[in-house]
Amino acid sequence: MKYYDKLIFELSRPGRKGYELPADKYETDAIAGIPADLLRTQPLELPEVSELDVVRHYTNLSSKNFGVDTGFYPLGSCTMKYNPKINEEVAAMPEFASLHPLQDAETAQGALELYYNLQKALSNIAGLAEFTLNPYAGAHGELTGLLVMRQYHLSRGDHKRTKVIVPDSAHGTNPASAMVAGLEVVEVKSKPNGSIDVEDLKPLLDDTVAGIMMTNPNTLGMFETEIMEIAKLVHDAGGLLYYDGANLNPMLGKVRPGDMGFDIMHINLHKTFSTPHGGGGPGSGPVGVAKHLVNLLPAPHVVKGEDGKFHIEGKSDESLGSVSSFLGNFGVMMKAYAYILSLGKENLKNVGPMATLNANYIKESLKDDYLLPIEGACKHEFVFDGLKDKSTGVTTLNVAKRLLDYGFHAPTIYFPLLFHESMMIEPTETESLETLDEFIEVMHKVAKEAKENPEMVKNAPLTTLISHPDETTAAKKPILSYRQLKASENA
Amino acid sequence: MSKVIEGLLYADSHEWVKVEGEIATIGISDYAQHALGDIVYVDMPEVGDEVTAGEDFGAVESVKAASDLYSPVSGEVVEVNEELEDAPESINADAYGAWIIKVKISDASELENLLSAEAYAKLCENE
Amino acid sequence: MSNRYIPHTEEDIRVMLDRIGVESVDDLYKDIPSEVIFKGEYDIPEGMSEPELRRHFRELADKNRNLKVFAGGGVYDHYAPSVIPHLLQRSEFYTAYTPYQPEISQGTLQYIFEYQSMISELTGMEATNASMYDGATACAEVMFMMVASARKKNRVLISATLHPQVAEVVKTYAKFHGVDLTVIPEKEGVTDLEAMRSALEGGDVAGVILPCPNRYGIIEDFTGVADSIHAVKALMGVYADPSALAVLRTPAEWGADIACGDGQALGMPMLFGGPYLGYISCTSALLRKMPGRVVGATKDASGKRCYVLTLQAREQHIRREKATSNICSNQSLMALYATIYLSLMGRGGLVEVNRLSADGAHYLYNQLIATGKFEPAFDKPFLKEFTLRTQFDVKELNSKLMEKGIMGPIDLGNGLVEFAVTENRTREEIDELVNIIKEA
Repeated sequence: MKYYDKLIFELSRPGRKGYELPADKYETDAIAGIPADLLRTQPLELPEVSELDVVRHYTNLSSKNFGVDTGFYPLGSCTMKYNPKINEEVAAMPEFASLHPLQDAETAQGALELYYNLQKALSNIAGLAEFTLNPYAGAHGELTGLLVMRQYHLSRGDHKRTKVIVPDSAHGTNPASAMVAGLEVVEVKSKPNGSIDVEDLKPLLDDTVAGIMMTNPNTLGMFETEIMEIAKLVHDAGGLLYYDGANLNPMLGKVRPGDMGFDIMHINLHKTFSTPHGGGGPGSGPVGVAKHLVNLLPAPHVVKGEDGKFHIEGKSDESLGSVSSFLGNFGVMMKAYAYILSLGKENLKNVGPMATLNANYIKESLKDDYLLPIEGACKHEFVFDGLKDKSTGVTTLNVAKRLLDYGFHAPTIYFPLLFHESMMIEPTETESLETLDEFIEVMHKVAKEAKENPEMVKNAPLTTLISHPDETTAAKKPILSYRQLKASENA
Repeated sequence: MSKVIEGLLYADSHEWVKVEGEIATIGISDYAQHALGDIVYVDMPEVGDEVTAGEDFGAVESVKAASDLYSPVSGEVVEVNEELEDAPESINADAYGAWIIKVKISDASELENLLSAEAYAKLCENE
Repeated sequence: MSNRYIPHTEEDIRVMLDRIGVESVDDLYKDIPSEVIFKGEYDIPEGMSEPELRRHFRELADKNRNLKVFAGGGVYDHYAPSVIPHLLQRSEFYTAYTPYQPEISQGTLQYIFEYQSMISELTGMEATNASMYDGATACAEVMFMMVASARKKNRVLISATLHPQVAEVVKTYAKFHGVDLTVIPEKEGVTDLEAMRSALEGGDVAGVILPCPNRYGIIEDFTGVADSIHAVKALMGVYADPSALAVLRTPAEWGADIACGDGQALGMPMLFGGPYLGYISCTSALLRKMPGRVVGATKDASGKRCYVLTLQAREQHIRREKATSNICSNQSLMALYATIYLSLMGRGGLVEVNRLSADGAHYLYNQLIATGKFEPAFDKPFLKEFTLRTQFDVKELNSKLMEKGIMGPIDLGNGLVEFAVTENRTREEIDELVNIIKEA
């Protein structure tokens, strides 16, 4: 196929159009009656294209993308599982799509029932008392959960607790969310195996600590075996435990965060519950809490009345406030709900174990060629510290780019920061043994290439549509619109 | 091996200072520019802002990293190097020529806390 | 074990366990203290086959009622072209992750670039990010942007005429983050600009956020406002309906530094509250203070035009607690929605959408006044949405309308009601609404 690099603006021809609207049957011209100084005079250069132009253009663009449907996507920490098609079908039903968020609850009982059932299902799966589905994404869930934490202390008149403990291995979003929530970040050190150093934690726990943010399994895919002690220490110090649900997938069927002592958590529906990542969103980041925090959750919330009808509850005095315009990304919730119902109570319990089995299988199959810094059973993911043979100069980035040539997505690279050449691999439970074997074979092949022809691997990718984009110039002299691009190309 | 220049003072956060009378000219060391890679943007304070020794006054960004700038001295910013707005890469080309800000020193005793060229070269070797 | 989404046969599991060198899958969980292992059953139904799932969703769908919508409040029943869902269902788009590997993500990167270009056209501003969660959270981020740009000032003013759901979110973010947020009172349905000017005199204001159109549907007049705000070195932000910007004076024309708002009006399904998208545009001077992802054009090694995520050093994954926002994603697929919508409609289509909506709204306005049961609340210019005063018990009126399959006006309290009309409403439907009201 030929290389297609036109922008939709470049297909534009004056007078062409891609829409048809009903004729105006009103006698008046209302806009003409608006004072002229409230109206636009600035030019508006949108494309003028036919419907087929639009369809071909975006179909062409789609072919320049790699999705889960294209091939294996072992992106660590992102849980790129298969996105079932029936979920898309039911989520597109017009009886839901055309609901106005402010229409009377009486006329949206089906939507509210689904919403309520999902609140309940997630609470049960997490071992917590209640969930809010308002947050729009994982980071938004983190923020909301931390606001619950702050509201808890403030509601008890405890204004001193302004610090949150975050492991040094945590993803950058954790400290950033804490900053937005108005909390100061205190780092707790990790041991060489990536788990929290309990001895380092102890002296940090004073009466200025609001709580701790953790994932379990941690960023290296290893279970924090001292979790019960950590929970006790933090609770005894008057703090709360926040569970970052980014790594929830391997726990399905095995461990519920509430049972480990966590008080607050968020779930990424777009990871654990199979809703599409959409090229970066929309996601959904529901937040669950233990019983003593339920009243602090943001509004609106859906409740079931004694009459069996569902109602939308507004803001109570105790609630932390609102974090979303309405009920959240309802369209995403529909897909997660369909997924939970499709798997059901039995198969949901196999998700974690099969994800863990897949990860360990890859790890054990590749550790002769790739440096495994931490031995032992991982959970859904694990981290290699680059190639075992460091003499070739071939880096993790080179390996990642070479994988693109072989039709695989790259793993997550250079995260976590605990190792210099981190390569984080998460296969998910939806991949078959044959796919894993193909990946393993290619990874071995790349390791061999690194020995035999390191320069070639360093130049990868060699077969992709574009290669080695100039990111320095892009950041130095940003070109962020077609208007700016035209100006720079004409300059 | 990164370049360290005699006659300048250095902070362990990799800024250099050139003192002329009560004015301190501040930039980042060759070691620091090397560690960052291609610099794409320098976030600078405004003339008239107060800076405090040991506290950040801006940041240097490369494509995939950012590093805060810590002021080695306290005082008022009297000049910023506006050329860096259009040519941040000049720090990569000549870290000791491409100064970032000039500060009117309010407490000269703070200079005693800074490192000599020799001590700084040793620090870089050990990092 | 095997299920339609979990492919493992007993034989596969055996082979894999052998390679790993353990006896059972449970052995992989041996490190977990047994007291936390979940030994119960999930309280959710047995798994459903596809026919069962379809039936279940059909039953739920039948419990909803689809109404002819005559309300807005920030969410509008605009026409959604058929092309869009078809293209959004290209799974190369929707099953992709964030475009961190530009070599295999040019599709996503290019549509985000086109999206940024189009929103910049609408707002008239130089830079737009790859999108935010929704209008309310975008507005809250604009508040942070103002404080971050001002360095030493920590006070932001918002107008009382912002949509209430937007103001609520901004208040929550301000309260916990520690921003000193002041609401400028309203006067006769618009921002009290005198009150705003006296608040600015304190010299401690980092920025002011004003709506266009406002919560009553009114197009406010901001003549001279930018000068007042800039005189005290504060920033001007406008929360604007991007669809309406095809005809209304743009944030850039008002002299604003930042524009933000919700993209739902760009033909997105109302979908009970989301997903939509939030947008932020700003001047080049503020570009590096803008939160979220940004896509830039560049060239690859062979000189081909291509696109990359850029200015990443500002973002949370690098700056950690020093970032100005914690956002890691955008509403990417909804940005694609907006891009395809704006490509199909073009300037002409968007102007026509506004004309049809405004003409319908003004027609309904006049008809309602003519019933004698409504009177003008504010005599101010509006586009597709307007507010009236009425003697009706609004709850009662709305349940009567509901019986006839109509979503009536939003009850703003104190006898004020707000109607909206889009190009999806016909003149006949408006007449039907008016007739029911006449008889009520």
